[in-house]
Amino acid sequence: MSEEIKKEAPAKVKVTIDGITIEVNPGTTIMDAARMIGEEVAPPAMCYYSKLEDTGGKCRSCLVEVAAGSTADPRPMPKLVASCRTGVMDGMVVKNFSSERVIDARNGVVEFLLINHPLDCPVCDQAGECYLQDFTYNHGKEYSRYKFVKRTFIKEDIGPYIQLHMTRCIMCYRCVFVADQITEKRVHGILDRGDRAAISTYISRAIDNDFSGNMIDVCPVGALTDKTFRFKNRVWFTKPVDAHRNCENPKCCGKATLWLRGEEVYRVTSRRDKWGEVQSFDGKPGWICNTCRFEKKKTSDWVVEGLTTIPRHSVIGANKYKKLVVPNDPLQEVMKGVQPKLLMDIHSISEVNNPAIDLSTIMGPSNSNDFKKAGQHEVPYDETIQFGTRSDKEVEE
Amino acid sequence: MSKKLLLDKAHIDGIRYFDVYRREGGYHSVEKAFEMSPAEITDEVKKSGLRGRGGAGFPTGLKWSFLAKPEGVPRYLVCNADESEPGTFKDRYLMEFIPHLLIEGMIVSSYALGSNTSYIYIRGEYAWIADILEEAIAEARKKGFLGKNILGKGFDCEIVVHRGAGAYICGEETALLESLEGKRGNPRIKPPFPAVKGLWNCPTVVNNVETIAAVVPIINDGADAYSKIGIGKSTGTKLISACGNINKPGVYEIDMTISVEEFIFSDEYCGGIPNGKRLKACIPGGSSVPILPANLLLTTAKGDKRLMNYESLSDGGFATGTMMGSGGFIVLDEDQCVVKHTYTLAHFYRHESCGQCSPCREGTAWLDKLLRKIEEGRGEMSDIDLLWDVQRRIEGNTICPLGDAAAWPVAAAIRHFRDEFEWHVLNPEKCLRENYGLAHYADPLHIPVAN
Repeated sequence: MSEEIKKEAPAKVKVTIDGITIEVNPGTTIMDAARMIGEEVAPPAMCYYSKLEDTGGKCRSCLVEVAAGSTADPRPMPKLVASCRTGVMDGMVVKNFSSERVIDARNGVVEFLLINHPLDCPVCDQAGECYLQDFTYNHGKEYSRYKFVKRTFIKEDIGPYIQLHMTRCIMCYRCVFVADQITEKRVHGILDRGDRAAISTYISRAIDNDFSGNMIDVCPVGALTDKTFRFKNRVWFTKPVDAHRNCENPKCCGKATLWLRGEEVYRVTSRRDKWGEVQSFDGKPGWICNTCRFEKKKTSDWVVEGLTTIPRHSVIGANKYKKLVVPNDPLQEVMKGVQPKLLMDIHSISEVNNPAIDLSTIMGPSNSNDFKKAGQHEVPYDETIQFGTRSDKEVEE
Repeated sequence: MSKKLLLDKAHIDGIRYFDVYRREGGYHSVEKAFEMSPAEITDEVKKSGLRGRGGAGFPTGLKWSFLAKPEGVPRYLVCNADESEPGTFKDRYLMEFIPHLLIEGMIVSSYALGSNTSYIYIRGEYAWIADILEEAIAEARKKGFLGKNILGKGFDCEIVVHRGAGAYICGEETALLESLEGKRGNPRIKPPFPAVKGLWNCPTVVNNVETIAAVVPIINDGADAYSKIGIGKSTGTKLISACGNINKPGVYEIDMTISVEEFIFSDEYCGGIPNGKRLKACIPGGSSVPILPANLLLTTAKGDKRLMNYESLSDGGFATGTMMGSGGFIVLDEDQCVVKHTYTLAHFYRHESCGQCSPCREGTAWLDKLLRKIEEGRGEMSDIDLLWDVQRRIEGNTICPLGDAAAWPVAAAIRHFRDEFEWHVLNPEKCLRENYGLAHYADPLHIPVAN
């Protein structure tokens, strides 16, 4: 009898990710197991969205190396695998940030994603909460080797509330899955193929349903933006607070985050968890309806619960701590009131800050070598200063 | 003269029609198969050593035995006739001239796998062949070889011809299944494999046209007779579609014992290179396999003669070898430009990438632009290294093998013909007027001049 019960309860499987071992239920993906351990080992995810079925596997940013397949078959997997769509096996050993191959592959993925991305972060509404910014910051290089014309699209209004800026899109397919899984009818999809593939409604049809606004929330980049919020404010100037209201729509969760500046509600979004995904309430994802999102823009419409918890690394938390006590700088006391000049001096000795060289004559991104070549500010190489020229006698002394 | 199993009757007048085909011994394998159990047929295919003829060369019997068989769930056999690889046209020939061979193979395979509805997914551009197949299916149904209770043995089978809409990616088996279901032809993420969750989430086997046709001689002659043809793990015969700079382009059926040299230069096959020119390079298995210069093509790195079979062609790995692939044999003579050739292929893969995963969507376009730049004489030395780096980061990091297929030809061209790329960069004007020529790629053997 007891044996039968043992069979019914699924045995936990052990998986080691970056040297940390965890026991999870069979059928869990590597990504979910890594997220259970914590943010330090969770691979980046651009297209995977745990609240939507069938997402993932497309952006290749979550590639990991499987150093040992399982206890039964400890051979390593020959290729890097997408952690969001690969299930764990008992005794699997996964290398994530500790693998050079993974870091190199992700570096390639960043480069590929950015070659056709406009990099217009200074005017993009998503800046500050953009997955691509985070991913590039963590895994990218500071320059691009792509020297061709970027692919561009014309901006398109899809419905009264959403604007589609296809040039920024990274083809994660999340908005397609949202339309498939939480709205009644999908009217947009992918047209064409290859690098010409585009999200579109084909004949500029409006996406008209009560939950279309959630497409904006799931979009990892600034391709789908809220027209009621476009260019109104930067996210890091606004103050997010959790709020709820009794929504008439039975499918709407009614729990949202209001983004305030002063008393004015600039935008309403669904609540996010620490992976940037919509929070679940009672086991169901807390999608909100378009009425809550776009129509209810007064604080009187909502019952405010309190400040939203923002991840510590997020730029949204900047400038929010007005009462922070800044400790006295001991340096000034030591220097008897003289201001340290470190930062200012860098400019006067830098080779790059050379007005004699016209930047427009330099092909491509400039670096210090370009300025050295011009012969200005070049320090003559002194042959007398060499390592290892001291005599033994000096060493003994 | 090598033994022919598939095309031996292809030249007979009217073999396209049921009556002539039946008179020549057609559909005998169906009668024979119905005397055996499905498991026996699978065993027979396993014993024959038949390998998938679509390109990957995976053992067919093994693939069949992986098919999940849950109770009450239908199983499907899908024939992959979406032959879109540049240089490959063997299935087209087979379906156009002896369509009943494919239908016969489909019935036997369907019986072995327990598929009551089987599909032929045919490339949309082969519109007239789809008509030929449908006519053949109608004839077979009329004669009682398809439909309900075939030959009174209690097995039902229908074959449906589905036309593709012009996408190379739909030749990838999971993209093919998506397309067959009426969706956008994006490859699925594996696992689950089609053998477990394929068409409409049911267990499915996807096989190439030639693979299914090869089941007919295996059942007719027996696995032992079939496995005696060929060498080692390359058993049976293989259709090779030869094209490029040869005297006699066309589809040839070979047993896999002849050498590459014999295939190119003997009058029985390609008949040598026209106008007395010399061999420069060759892609032996369709556009996605690595290109090889003549010296490595005719002899392996160990100095053995290279033979036309799976093992010998892949001898030496990608460093000095290539792959059998799907049998699209493209020959380049001394006047061909490898850079231009590689650019053409890169352009094809850019056009055909489905755009689902980032390395392939962006990477294939980048390769195309870089190669065009070099080909048009605007290239820089750093572009060659960049090409290498881009292909390296596409390969193996994509959902389906199209990324690999786009990366391999570029990698092989740079690996073996780097000096030609460099010559293009160093001579931006000259490369538009002249070709780099043979250089040191020439094969060291005496070349018999044809004609």
